[in-house]
Amino acid sequence: MTPEKGTSLWTDAWLRLRHNRAAIAGLVILAVIVLACVLLPFLPGVLQDPNAQNLADKNLPPGATHWFGTDQLGRDIFSRAIFGGRISILVGLITTFVSVTIGIVWGAVAGYVGGRTDALLMRIVDILYALPFLVIVILLSVTLQPWTAKLTEWTVQAIAGTDASQAAIGGVRTWVEPITTLVPLFIAIGALSWLTVSRIVRAQVQSVASMDFVEAARSLGLGHGRILFRHILPNTLGPIIVYTTLTIPSIMLFEATLSFLGLGVKPPNSSWGVLIQEGANTMFSNPWPLLFPSVLFSLTLFSLNFLGDGLRDALDPKSAK
Amino acid sequence: MFKNLLSRLVQGLLVLLVLYTLTFFLVKALPGGPFQSERAMPKHIRAKMETYYGLNESLPVQYGRQLRNYLKGDLGLSFRLEGRPVSEVIAQAFPVSLQLGTLAMFLAVVIGIPAGCLAAAKRNSLIDTGAMAVAMTGVCLPAFVIGPILAECFGRGLHWFPALGWDAGWPSSWLLPAFTLGLAYAAYLSRLTRAGMLETLSQDFVRTARAKGVSPWNIIVRHCLRGGLIPAVAYLGPAFAGIISGSVVIEAVFQIPGLGRHFVKAIESRDAPMIFGPVLLYGILVILANLVTDVLGVWLNPRLRKSS
Repeated sequence: MTPEKGTSLWTDAWLRLRHNRAAIAGLVILAVIVLACVLLPFLPGVLQDPNAQNLADKNLPPGATHWFGTDQLGRDIFSRAIFGGRISILVGLITTFVSVTIGIVWGAVAGYVGGRTDALLMRIVDILYALPFLVIVILLSVTLQPWTAKLTEWTVQAIAGTDASQAAIGGVRTWVEPITTLVPLFIAIGALSWLTVSRIVRAQVQSVASMDFVEAARSLGLGHGRILFRHILPNTLGPIIVYTTLTIPSIMLFEATLSFLGLGVKPPNSSWGVLIQEGANTMFSNPWPLLFPSVLFSLTLFSLNFLGDGLRDALDPKSAK
Repeated sequence: MFKNLLSRLVQGLLVLLVLYTLTFFLVKALPGGPFQSERAMPKHIRAKMETYYGLNESLPVQYGRQLRNYLKGDLGLSFRLEGRPVSEVIAQAFPVSLQLGTLAMFLAVVIGIPAGCLAAAKRNSLIDTGAMAVAMTGVCLPAFVIGPILAECFGRGLHWFPALGWDAGWPSSWLLPAFTLGLAYAAYLSRLTRAGMLETLSQDFVRTARAKGVSPWNIIVRHCLRGGLIPAVAYLGPAFAGIISGSVVIEAVFQIPGLGRHFVKAIESRDAPMIFGPVLLYGILVILANLVTDVLGVWLNPRLRKSS
């Protein structure tokens, strides 16, 4: 008789996730959009210059040369949507990383240390929760705006070296600048969107910290840091992953909202939010510049939400009946 | 209960102070100033203006003086609108935003909660799947995508409603913006209601009620509604807060002359007093909404009463 092979939590979760059609569809669509936005700009000849204006070809409907048509300045909407998507996805991922990292550390410390520290940390979370979020993020991102120029100079010098040639510096600048100008967004949104994560992590850490294996680790003489980060946190990964998946779309939505108001991503950079705003301005004469970025953006949000819901069902055996 | 409420009130005041402090330093750190327009202002006039508005004093002095003024109810004068009192601008613009927000909230509750109940009652039916698909769409489609589409279809296409603008005496111009604003919250409320109702419906007392022959309608309305609504009601406070600040976006989409427009313009033109006014007002509204939510939650959930 062969002993029955045990399955890990992750195998079980994957098996459950595989049977959730909506989640798998979300995963596939997401993969296609993300791969297109990340890879297509590096393939020569596929995309046109997203900022090249060609007034002879303005307001074209979708066709063979311009797959998604052109806008009122004759720019290719497909290229713009792909480049815009790259920025939106970048902002979504980095900001989520900032936000989830703060949330995990904050919640883990509060839950593990407990007592007065816990009360203080959670009271701060309560207060931040009660602030008008959108308003503060708008203010914060505008306030941080002037630092981007300095940050760009500094980063370019750090990468290219101080004695590099003008051409080399210019080369580095072309790809550094689009990213550094986004830093205010990363900070402004990330600095206030970690609150829910911290609450979730705190509750999880509290429940795991009272388990016997933590007691065992402590009696072996392990330090607090090691117990917390090596023994407790890995056991709370499920809810963290689920919540992260659900945070990305809400942050992307946030970036798009700010950009739509003209306070987020600035031209010549564009994101889906910027494109939707431009499209909305001309939608009565030419609906395509509004339609395609909106569809791509909404599809991405859909996929992430379905995937997140699916992951929640898959990783929480109690909810998946 | 009363003691609990009092402590929440004290915390609310603390939140306001934090909000004021945060806004104060953010506004001070804003790049550029209110008097740095393209048309260069003669130096002596600018110095006079800065003295008049007290901008050349030290930060702690400004912080204290401004706080005292706000406590006295003096919101100061707008820079951009050439010295119009901020309170006057708010008195004119805020009713529009409040109307919009209240109608949006009303639509969200009236659409979201019944839809969630229905979906839970007919679990796994076509109604359930359909309602949840619509709800997912509402969560995923941002207001600034839905808004232009609705304006195009129902405004310019069918001419049912005005596509843009706001007419205080003409409710048909309120409907599209309010629906656009409320949709995402209706969607989220319906998901929460469905989850809460399903949780309640799976409890033993429901089985007992069914065994006694209580009609399905009565089980939902008389037995389960109160318990099932707890998660949705807990979300009402955050929802109202989101709707109030979300109206900034809707006002931009539909070109509505509300407070959100003034706020965005004030940030663009570094009009500090006009930034503070709306921020503090939004803060107060959010705190009040959370307070009301707490009271409602205690009323719905007797277990909270004992612990407090």
